[in-house]
This record gives sequence, C-alpha cells and structure tokens, in this order.
Amino acid sequence: MTQKNRLQSGGRIDRSRTLTFTYNGKQYKGYQGDTLASAMLANGIDVIGRSFKYSRPRGIIAAGAEEPNAIMQLGATEATQVPNVRATQQELFDGLVSGATNGWPSVDTDIMGVLGKVGGNMMPPGFYYKTFMYPQSMWDTYESIIRKAAGLGRSPLENDPDTYDKVNQHCDVLVVGAGPAGLSAALAAARSGARVILADEQSEFGGSLLSSKETLNGMPASEWVSFVTEELRGYDDVMLLPRSTVNGYHDHNFLTIHERRTDHLADLAPAGQVRQRLHRVRAKWVILATGAHERPLVFANNDVPGCMVANAVSTYITRYGVVPGNELVLMTTNDSGYQAALDWHDAGRKVAAIVDTRQSPSGDLIEAARKRNLNIITGSAVIDVQGSKRVSGVSVAPISADGSRVTGSVTKLSVDTVASSGGWSPVIHLSCHTGSRPVWNEEVVGFLPGPTVQKQLTAGAINGSYSTGKALEEGLTAAVEAISALGLKAAEVVLPESVDVNNGAPMTLFHVPHLKPTAKAPKQFVDYQNDVTAAGIELACREGYESIEHVKRYTAMGFGTDQGKLGNINGMGIAAKILNKSIPETGTTIFRPNYTPVTFGAIAGRDCGALFDPERYTAMHKWHVENGAKFEDVGQWKRPWYFPKAGESMQDALNRECKATRESVGILDASTLGKIDIQGKDAREFLGRVYTNAWAKLAVGKCRYGLMCGEDGMVFDDGVTSCLGENHFVMTTTSGGAARVYEWLELYHQTEWPEMEVYFNTVTDHWATMTISGPNSRKLLQELTDYDVSKENLGFMDWREMQVAGVPARVFRISFTGELSFEINVQANYGLHVWEKLFEHGAKYNLTPYGTETMHILRAEKGFIIAGQDTDGSVHPYDLGMAWCVSPNKPFSFIGKRGMAREDCVRPDRKQLVGLKTVDPNVVLPEGAQGVFDPKAPIPMPMVGHITSSYWSANLGRSIAMGFVKGGLDKMGEKVYYPLADGKVVEAEICSPIFLDPKGERQNV
Amino acid sequence: MFHIYCPHCGEYREEEEFHPAGQAHIARPLDPEACSDKEWGEYLFFRKNPRGLHHELWVHAAGCRKFFNMTRDTQTYEIKEVYKIGEQPSVVAE
Repeated sequence: MTQKNRLQSGGRIDRSRTLTFTYNGKQYKGYQGDTLASAMLANGIDVIGRSFKYSRPRGIIAAGAEEPNAIMQLGATEATQVPNVRATQQELFDGLVSGATNGWPSVDTDIMGVLGKVGGNMMPPGFYYKTFMYPQSMWDTYESIIRKAAGLGRSPLENDPDTYDKVNQHCDVLVVGAGPAGLSAALAAARSGARVILADEQSEFGGSLLSSKETLNGMPASEWVSFVTEELRGYDDVMLLPRSTVNGYHDHNFLTIHERRTDHLADLAPAGQVRQRLHRVRAKWVILATGAHERPLVFANNDVPGCMVANAVSTYITRYGVVPGNELVLMTTNDSGYQAALDWHDAGRKVAAIVDTRQSPSGDLIEAARKRNLNIITGSAVIDVQGSKRVSGVSVAPISADGSRVTGSVTKLSVDTVASSGGWSPVIHLSCHTGSRPVWNEEVVGFLPGPTVQKQLTAGAINGSYSTGKALEEGLTAAVEAISALGLKAAEVVLPESVDVNNGAPMTLFHVPHLKPTAKAPKQFVDYQNDVTAAGIELACREGYESIEHVKRYTAMGFGTDQGKLGNINGMGIAAKILNKSIPETGTTIFRPNYTPVTFGAIAGRDCGALFDPERYTAMHKWHVENGAKFEDVGQWKRPWYFPKAGESMQDALNRECKATRESVGILDASTLGKIDIQGKDAREFLGRVYTNAWAKLAVGKCRYGLMCGEDGMVFDDGVTSCLGENHFVMTTTSGGAARVYEWLELYHQTEWPEMEVYFNTVTDHWATMTISGPNSRKLLQELTDYDVSKENLGFMDWREMQVAGVPARVFRISFTGELSFEINVQANYGLHVWEKLFEHGAKYNLTPYGTETMHILRAEKGFIIAGQDTDGSVHPYDLGMAWCVSPNKPFSFIGKRGMAREDCVRPDRKQLVGLKTVDPNVVLPEGAQGVFDPKAPIPMPMVGHITSSYWSANLGRSIAMGFVKGGLDKMGEKVYYPLADGKVVEAEICSPIFLDPKGERQNV
Repeated sequence: MFHIYCPHCGEYREEEEFHPAGQAHIARPLDPEACSDKEWGEYLFFRKNPRGLHHELWVHAAGCRKFFNMTRDTQTYEIKEVYKIGEQPSVVAE
C-alpha cells in the first residue's frame, strides 16, 4: 500500500473512490473525503515547504484554518494557479496539482536552508532592516534576491477563466460555525420560524463532532449531526452554507462570507458554475459559534516535521483514517491533549510517552490512558527535538511547578512524532472586527469576546465552554435570546444527552524552558509562518519594544497569512513575562478582517472587464464608433476625443478639425453636458443666490453664462442657464460636475432656504445635444428648419423652440468656440436622426465632426476656461480675470461673495490666469509646467504659477497657453520662464488669454 | 458598512445609497457681510471631531435625494437617531 500511514478502516473517507493528485511533480493517491493535507500525511510526505526566513524544512502542523506551514500553490495550468491555499482546508479531487510555494531548488534540498542552520544568531529580528539598509542604492538588488529566496506563492500570469459572483443576503439569525453550539442554535432558530443562515468553513457540518468519539443520545455524535442537518435542510427559510468562511464582521451586523462552491470539484469550475461566491449579509442577529484553536507548545526545534498540534493528530486519525507517524510522544498542559495519545494507541501504533507538564494531573482522560498502560511522565516537558526533515527523537526533562526552568536530568526518547497541547484559544477574531476588545480570562487561559455594540451572541468554545454538553446548551440559549429579541416565539428543542467528561485544571505555560537560556537555546518557534522565535520576542522587548503592537511589527509575529492563529497567544505570554506584566496589561494585537485569505476573484465578483464600471454613451455613440472616433473618459461618459482619418496623426486630425470649424462648420456631440431643469416661483431668486452674476432680468428666450462658487469664494463649476418661462429655467453644468451641482442645489434648498418654492430635476439624459459651429453653421441649420434663424430673429445668447429635421428642438445660440454657433437639443431618441440629417446636408459645407480635444483648443484660442482644468478649487472669479461675471451689488449675499472678500482673497500677488505666448512659437509648453520670474535664481526657485492649458493652434500657426502667474493681470508683456525636467528653459510672454478675435466679431454675425 | 434608516423613505437602506455631508446644524450666517474674516473662517472651516456622539448631515443620494441629520457615535459607529432638517436631536452628548 502506497498510503503507508492510512488505516484499514475508520474515518469519514470513501476508500472505494481513489483520487490521484500531484505534489511537486510526483503522483500520489488519496481518497474521496480527504483534504490535501490528510492525503499528504497518508502518503508519508513530511516536508511540505521551507520556512519564510530561515528556510527550515516544515511539515503539516494543524488540521484547519490555523495551519501556518502547509501553504500550497494549486493549479494544473498557468491560468488556474492559486497561491496561498491551506492544504488543511483544500479538499482533495481527482487530478489536483499542488506544489510547495518556496524552496530553491526544491523543498528537500534547499540552498537557503544553510542560512537557517548556520544562522542561529545571524538572523535576529530586524535582520533585514539592519543588514540591507545600506547603501540605499543597493536595495533593488537585495530585494530581488530576497524575494526569490522567500515568497509564499505566485499569482497566475494569465487571466482566471472562472467566474465569481456576489450575493446580498438578509436574515434574522446568522449562525457562524456548525459545531455542536452552532447546530443547536440554528436548530432552535429554524424551528421558531426565523430566517437563518448557517455557515461553516468545512465541507461537512459538525465541527469538532466530526473527529470526536463522543456519543449523543447514545449514538455516535456524527449521527446527531446528520439528523439536525437533515431537519435544517427541510426549512424554506434556512440557508445552509458549507465550505463558507465568515471572513469579516463589519458595522451594523454586516458580514461577508466567502463560499467556495467548486474548489473541491476540479481545477476549473464545471461549465456554467460559479467558482466562488461572496455573500454580503445583513443579519438582525449573529450567533458566533466559531470554536477554539489548540495552542501548540513552544519548545526547542518545535518546527521539525513531525511536530503537530495534539488535536490535529486526533483529527487525522479519527476523521481521515491517517496516523501521521509510528511512535508518538505527547506533551500537554491539560487533559484534552490526552485524546491524541488515546487515539494513536487505539489505532495500533506506539505511544512512547505522555509528558504532562503538571505535577499530579487527574481526570477521566488520564484514567483512560492509565487503563491502556500508557507511559505518563508528569511534572516534565519535551525540551528539545532531534532530527531535521523528520523528528527522530526528543529530550524530556522535569520542570519546575511554574514551568520556568528545567529541574532535573534529561531523558532521550526515540519517536517520529511530537504532539503538543498548550490549551485552547477561543476563536474571537470576528467578535473583534468591529472594534470590541477581548477580555483575558484566567480560568480559561485565553481571551474571550469583549463587550460589543453589535447584535451579537456567542456560544460554545468561543466562550471557553469546551464540553459538548455546554456548547449545545449555550447554542440553544443564544438562539432563544435572539428569537425573543426578534419578537418570535421560541419553539421547543430538546438537546441530546452527552457524556460529561471530568477534566482536571490546566497549567498555564506559554514557553517550555530549556537547559540553556532562551537566547542560546535552539530555536523555539512561536510563529511558524514568519519564523518568529521566543528568543526573537525577548530580544524585541530588550531592545525597548514594550507595546505588543510594536513587538508584533518588529518581529513580524502574526503578520503571515495565518495571522498568528496558532502563535499569537504564546507570543503575548512570552512578551508579558519578559516585560514583567500580566497578559491583560500587555494586551492583544487587533484582529482585522479577513479571518482567512480571500481570493481576488471573490472580491471582484462580476465587477470586472466590461462590468467594472458603468459606461455612459450618448445617443450618437454608434455613429462616432462607425466613424473612427478615438474616445476619452469624462466621468463615466465615453466622449469622442478626435476623429482621425486614415493615416492621420492625432495632431494632423486636430489641425484639420480646428481649421474646418473656423473656415466652414464643425459639429460636436455635447450631450454629456449636465442639464438641470429648475422650476418654481422662486427659481430666479435661487439662481441669483447660487451664481455669482445677476439673473433678475434674464428674459424668457434668453441665455446667460454663470459661474458657481463655494462659500469660500472659489469657482467650482460654470455653464449656461436659459430662461424657458418666467418660473422655468434649464441650467447646464460641466459634464463631470453634473451630479455634484445637482446635490449642491438640493443642499442649499433643503437646509438653508426651504421656504423658497423651487424644484430641481436632472434632465441630462433626456436630451441629445449637438453643437454646430463655424461661419456656415447658420446656413446649415436653416436647411433643416422652417424657423427663421437669421441674426435678427435668433440673436446671440437667444434660444428658441423650433422643428429641426422634422422633430421638436430647442436651439440655443451660444458659443464655446467664438464662432457663430448653434446648440441643437432634441429628445435623446431623435439624436442620431438629427445628427445624420445634419451630415446629409452638411457634406457640401465640409461639415467636420470634432471631439473634446478640438473643443479644448478652440475655446483656448478664445480664452474660455474649463472648470476643473483652469480652476482647481483655489481660484476665485477675479483670479480668472472674470470680474465681469460677478455682481457684488445683488441684494442677497450670493454664495461665494463673502468668501472672495476675505483678506487672503484680495492680496495683489495672487496667482491670476493669463495667456502665455512662448517666444519660440513652435514650442508647446507642457501643462503643469511651473513658471519662475528668474531662471537663474538659486534652487529651490520661487515658483509663480503653473500652465493649465496648452495647445498647438493651427488657426494661429503657433502655440498658445493659459496659466497662472503671480500678479499676472498687471504684468502684460512681461516674461515668465518655465524650466523643464529635461533642463531646457522655455521663455514665454504674458498676454491676454483671448488669442483670437478679441472683439468677438466672429460669433456676432 | 452602515445600515441607515432614511427618515423620509421610512426604511433601512444600505450605506451605498447615502453620502455624508459633514457636520450638521451649521447655519449659514444670515448677514455674511457682517461677519469678520475670523467669524466667516470659523463658519467655513472649523468642524468638531468628537470621540463619541456627533451630529452629522447625510443625504439619501441614490434614493429620495433628501438631506437629513444623524446622531452617530464615532467610536462604536452606532447610529443613535436620524431626524429631519429643522428638527433638533433628542440624543445629545453630555
């Protein structure tokens, strides 16, 4: 038989279903029901990885989520690679491919391991900080070597072919953990009619009962588990989630559950199935029945493969039919540890000794061991381990009653397995996620959940209640409490009878003494995953790290992907002792989500690729795509950026678009402009309060440009608002600012001026907007409408309702290019029709579509600002040279008026927006370039303002720029210098930002 | 993630539907011009940052779009009450 450690019978595995798996390129067999870890142990695989820092050989130590060593790389193909999988939680399937995540060239012959052997005192905590700090320039070199030598797996280089998703859930009671406490809680809640979710990280419900020989109602405990699970399955309002880890407990009883739906089936999810699902649960009540993790003991060379947690040994024997060795020594500080030796003995293998650290233990399990004539050595400890890739023997010595020192001579035992139990640590992680601090309990020798504001109850081992009977009872009690709080009537639940076990008192021992002082003794590991030793913690304390949070950061204790589930309490105990404090005084580090690692796939769910972020398209989007537009993102909008023709560079296209517009006619899709419909008898007054300029006299049929400022006086948006009726306006905003402006208006209406009668509605998407601009735009428009659009009938800054291309339209004669220009608004559904009609008639005028880039150039030629590009929240209208747009004499103190009158806002040397012409007209300044008055000034030179907009203007045959210059409005004709990153200095002259048609004659025709 | 009762909708909704809008009960001075720079600066920039009860302004942005007030414990994140604009809190810090 190749599975040399497999028992002939027993366990919850199916021996009729043999599965083949690969580990580090070699094939092995296991059974249905195995985890990867149990199958590896069955095959006698001792070394499953190398340690993080010292590269020491490591083996499987635990049987659940707390496993620090067996962190595997999974995946049969590049695309299905998954790093960071605990072998103890991965169910075996046929064809599973796994590998160790580190070790070079292999885990069995590892070159870095030499360091681990030699480096007793060579690599103390802070080794990397202290050694690789200097010279700083070498860090990149060091880093690549260190990363290669260390590492805990790698991400795939190809896209994940599987799908993942997220589901929102609501329930009355979420029960976390399906051990005895969780099952009795779920049963009581379900019978009472509550909506229940029961989640457990394992493949089967039952928790500790699955690997227990206990009886309930005289039957094997696992039978009771089956009964209860079956009953729960029968309720419509009960959702059972196996293979589902509750990873995060967030505010207001919001919890996240990571469900692995197909990870146990194959390398790739079966067709049509979701691989993993993230449940986002809002629970009215949460019952934490998360159990406890057994603590290993800290002794010399306690990381040699073959050293395991006592309860894990029991679990492998009882649940998986695997005895992970031949000769066992058990060291324990408490009665529960004895179970491992009993199970080992009953499996027919040799128990060399039970080493009990207590002087005179007594209890039912000790009696059971005595009945089997097992060798019990009391008042002693395993102080050292021999062997490198597998335990070959141990040193046992008597220790003092307080566990602080070795008191007698050493006996050597020949064994290949060391099981240790230092007691249990309640799994309080979730209860701490919302900020509740755990409370140390001397009797339990562990932290228990502390006070919380969440609607949270706890039951079972999380409370330090370790007997099955107590766990069942607490589960029921918690459920009844939740049920009555929910206003439901608690249904009757008769708990099964369990057999009470008499347990003696445990001993508190976090650190097993050695003959030598800790610093000189062989390594005594506290945190296996990060190679933190007892000596390392002592050194950190000696070097002055007194806060447990600092000790954690200096030694990296608890920093691994296992988050110190096995080691943290031992580490805190050791730190407390050296600092001469109690554990409550030393405190604990803070537990944060997630409890176990969650894949990026589950976090992303469907929010990836095309569904990552919504995209907004205008009604004419299809036309833009068909006509070769390049797009840019404006908020969530996809806007045409420019329309290159075959063989054209971007600059070629811009030059063509700019010239065509000024020479004949161009067209822009302006649908993305924010549009807010404003109505009510106080609408006009409201506009006067939120805009800086005057609105009292704007007549029906007229449009006006306005600036919007914050209370600090700084510009944050602009746009044209038109008067549709005496009490009816439509406001336009920047494309990106629409939502913000809308909320701004509501804020002031609802909180400051609720007495005003005014209503706002966003109508951005209702309209398709197209702007035709250029000397031939009027001729073109007139061809599509019977309405007279002559200068006399539709003047500059007028708007009219008319039919355009046979559909109702609002036409605004406003201009952002400085040309004769019409903004045609039609119902969005008509947008494409009107757009195409314009092109039908526009061909003879060389109607040229242009995008946002040409729009930017054309407006810059006229010195028009773009809010958000030429403003940044620190400039007021006067800084922009836009005093014409402020009416300080309005009766109401409009928003921004008082702000822009502050002392700081009226300084003469404020940065002001001006035009800039480079002395060499061919040089285009980079946007963002910082100007100086004296390029020869010593560094750091006083900077006087930056370039906000800069383009090549084909119409002017030169570069143009806008930018801020200190006191710039009074410095026309003076020079500013722009020292660039490449060492060149560009000289520019301050001028008016209106580069073209300063009198505005082109738009006024 | 918060679970917030909107006093206008009369329902609990997820935090994703809401925007926080800063400290509540900061009234715009009725005569801004009468304020000194210091007073205006205090109105504009100075906010409380209590450990404990805090009165906040929120808006049900992806819902009814109404603003409302919330009294929240900044330490435990408990929402003590929500109330409409113009109303006064019944839960206040001692």
